[in-house]
Amino acid sequence: MPPSPSRPRPTRLLAVSSGGGHWVQMLRLRPAFAGAEVHFASVDPSSAQMVAPAPFHRFPDANKDRPFRLILTALRLAVIVARVRPDVVISTGAAGGYLAIRIARLIGARTMFIDSIANARELSVSARLSKGVADRVLSQWPGVAENHGTEFCGAVI
Amino acid sequence: MIFATVGTQLPFDRLLSALNDWAHLNPNVPVTAQTGAIRTQYAHLTCHTHLDQAAFAAQMAQASVIVAHAGMGTILAAAEAGKPVILMPRRAAYGEHRNDHQLATAAEMAVLSNVTVIDDARDLGAALATTLAATLAKTATVQPRLAATASPRLLDTLKDFIWLENTRPARGPLMIRGRMRA
Repeated sequence: MPPSPSRPRPTRLLAVSSGGGHWVQMLRLRPAFAGAEVHFASVDPSSAQMVAPAPFHRFPDANKDRPFRLILTALRLAVIVARVRPDVVISTGAAGGYLAIRIARLIGARTMFIDSIANARELSVSARLSKGVADRVLSQWPGVAENHGTEFCGAVI
Repeated sequence: MIFATVGTQLPFDRLLSALNDWAHLNPNVPVTAQTGAIRTQYAHLTCHTHLDQAAFAAQMAQASVIVAHAGMGTILAAAEAGKPVILMPRRAAYGEHRNDHQLATAAEMAVLSNVTVIDDARDLGAALATTLAATLAKTATVQPRLAATASPRLLDTLKDFIWLENTRPARGPLMIRGRMRA
């Protein structure tokens, strides 16, 4: 589905994830991004080379056990969102993804939070928080989706 | 060689100590480990607190067997590289993680043909012996590689979402008449 010719610029997509498994899962979604102008945001600077030449934006890693870092993360993500001005934000978690989605909603971006496939029994805290904010929240496990009122639309494997 | 990784966030001494003991008894098999930011010394492991993406991929490519916590990054990377992986889930009760989700991850990922799950560090030696023997017998080295893409259903869902325009007006609290204020 190519962008319509009437659009002044290609759809701009911001793909936000924490490191480790969150990042590996984001990489597996890349075939769906074809045709969009994709910006990546994650925590490990060495991740940039895996998605080059796509623009890469780094933000500090944080979780709910580190509230001060979480504030720094939110501020950095606000700068990234303001600069990129995405039409669409996709996140594979965790806390940073939720924060980016909250911020991106303020400028009218469409947002989707995909909970990690690691959460096979319970929805993550970040996914629960995203439920009231993101346009769509997906779990990668049908049982979890059913129990938590989210969608199941396949998985990264 | 064996490559062990327990991520880069939290320590996982239960697994690394057991692996260090095993390496002491098996000096002919080199063992490299990504340990996370810890001060503990493991005399029989070649330790790195944090490997960047390229170095991590290089270790993964060289290893014949992966030993790891039940982290999805490692599980997916091992599956994509077609390497056998021995997983031991972190437990919240031992302060190894914030919750017990790795138990569920390990239980679900045990269906992958390259995955062996152990619950106790005492089982590491047996699991390594079995996996290394299979590797030498060339049965484990022909692990099918997992394609590096998500399922078609998830990709289609994403494509529809990305290209679906005007599902709702592109207007947030900071936008007035379609023009962004901030």
